[in-house]
Amino acid sequence: MFYRLSGVRHTSYPAARQLWPIAADRWQVGVLALLALLAPLLISDLYLGSYALPWLIWTAAALSLSLLMGLGGQLHFGFAAVMAIGAYSSIHLARGGVPFEFALLGGGLTAAVIGTAFGAAALRVKGLYLVMATLAMQYLVDWVISNVPAISGGAQATLRTPEVSFLWIPIDSLDARYYVALLWTVLMTLFFLNVKRTSFGRALAAIRDKDFAAAVIGVDPFRTKLTAFMTASFAGGVSGAILAFCYYGAVTPEQFGFNVSIQLVAMVLVGGLGSVIGGYLGAGFVLLVPIVLTNLIAGLGAAGWFSISQNLTAHLPLIFYGGMIIGFLLFEPLGLAKIYDNIRKYFLVWPFRHSGS
Amino acid sequence: MAYFIELLVNGALVGLMYALAALGFVLIYKSAGVPNLAQGALVMMAAFLVWYLGSLGLPIWIAILAGAALMFGFGLLVERLLLRRMVGQPVIMVVMLTLGMEILLRGLIPGVFGASPKSIDLGIGLAPVIVADVFMNRAYLIGGLVALLLIGASMLFFRTRLGTKLRAVSDDHVASWAVGLSVERAIGLSWGIAGIAAVGAGVLWGSVQGVDWTLSTLLFPAIAVVILGGIDSIKGVLVGGLAVGILGSVIPGYLDAYAGGSTRDVVTSVIILLTILVRPHGIFGREDIERI
Repeated sequence: MFYRLSGVRHTSYPAARQLWPIAADRWQVGVLALLALLAPLLISDLYLGSYALPWLIWTAAALSLSLLMGLGGQLHFGFAAVMAIGAYSSIHLARGGVPFEFALLGGGLTAAVIGTAFGAAALRVKGLYLVMATLAMQYLVDWVISNVPAISGGAQATLRTPEVSFLWIPIDSLDARYYVALLWTVLMTLFFLNVKRTSFGRALAAIRDKDFAAAVIGVDPFRTKLTAFMTASFAGGVSGAILAFCYYGAVTPEQFGFNVSIQLVAMVLVGGLGSVIGGYLGAGFVLLVPIVLTNLIAGLGAAGWFSISQNLTAHLPLIFYGGMIIGFLLFEPLGLAKIYDNIRKYFLVWPFRHSGS
Repeated sequence: MAYFIELLVNGALVGLMYALAALGFVLIYKSAGVPNLAQGALVMMAAFLVWYLGSLGLPIWIAILAGAALMFGFGLLVERLLLRRMVGQPVIMVVMLTLGMEILLRGLIPGVFGASPKSIDLGIGLAPVIVADVFMNRAYLIGGLVALLLIGASMLFFRTRLGTKLRAVSDDHVASWAVGLSVERAIGLSWGIAGIAAVGAGVLWGSVQGVDWTLSTLLFPAIAVVILGGIDSIKGVLVGGLAVGILGSVIPGYLDAYAGGSTRDVVTSVIILLTILVRPHGIFGREDIERI
């Protein structure tokens, strides 16, 4: 009914392969794109700067990780370190006078090189051991960043991002920073949507399902895994650089710690492994739900509904965050993307219960 | 030379206490094949529980015993409510579930009992023990000895009738079912025992460095211990604990002055990485042969 299938026929191969064959989906994407473009006019600076902007950037980061974990099946618990490499190297490049566009690319490339080295080190193992190996790399990178003064600007120091301009437009206002982030997230989204239908994407899926079997049918697991690590690390590095330039404004090693890695994995899992809409929903959920629920409970407590101690209120975000991860894994392991999919499928055949045949 | 021996001895004692924190991890992995990344949070929770029971006015020994009983029950509960639903799921689900539990406990426990550091007084005293010119931290000495005792006890436990059942279950779930062992009960039991091991680690570490949320960061050295020693070997916990403790004490003892501090985390990371690169199943672990 709402997602009208009548009139959708494929008369050519490109038509059969298009991203959104159903008109209602195209309408939704169009409306969302329009809303995203007009967001600086529609919502106040407070919401734009502290909710919409981080949501977009974390979405791009979650999509980068989802490429590796969802499509390639390679677990990565040190992705924040990859983002840190991208952020720090792009800041140093920009401070050295390299134009912002190339600094972003340079950050991404550095992250790709180091991230691929990590991937190569971890290629011998999979599953739990890959988790442990990437976790150890996270600690190593953290330590190198905070203990080499040339990188971090001195231990315990913050490194400010310099003034830059993107395509001759100075990135000094909130709106400009929002549009840079939006551009990168849209690029990431398009890349993710399209990579699934390339040979690389299919090779990744084969590796994810069973790497020996993939090797038998002629997919080189070694090369595919390395390429997956490289692609995801590049995207993660650029996302980290955008996060530093457009949102934080100054970076410290703690902003890319182990907890951030777990947060990214949580975004990917809560959203749904390997799903684009899941990347958006998961990033939004993990970032916003603990804050919103905490504010709600603190507000109810302040209004006198019940008494809640200051100490417990301070710990509520962690409690909700952990509870959310457990809840999703137990009750909807396929994440928010699956919930969205269920709703969409329901309306696809509404008013009937299910499609015929 | 005296400095070296001092680092060596204290490192070995600290390593034994790491091993105690890692013991729960190995027990659960051995019986259920579940990597319990919430073991650090269990240690923290146990320390908070014992502190709370002690602050109610109970003598410390009774508080420890009551804490052990409570943590045993909590372990059973976690297995029954959370982990049993995860049977047959991919490893990422289990890893994230235990990490989610870790985050939840890290928020809930300090949130309920108060975030400021507490102290557990075991009546050990602070004066160092001096044996042949080597200064030993008295708390570490007692802690290391108690840890050795507990690990030895758990080795002996696996020779009892109940322990034999647990070993059978860890060998092969289906075969254990076939001869009439309750696999579920055995796995639950191993979670309970891991809870008790957490009480041991929590009390010892809590008395050394105070009880607050940082106890849950013991997870990282504990992971290094189990990776090095072999993820399903209790003997490996002992050897891995000693190695991680000694390397994590001797190398920073000489390098910290040049490298700007906190090289212990680096040593721990490098131990994990090298083990995984060279011998992923660890020193005593059983090598899994993957079949297509």
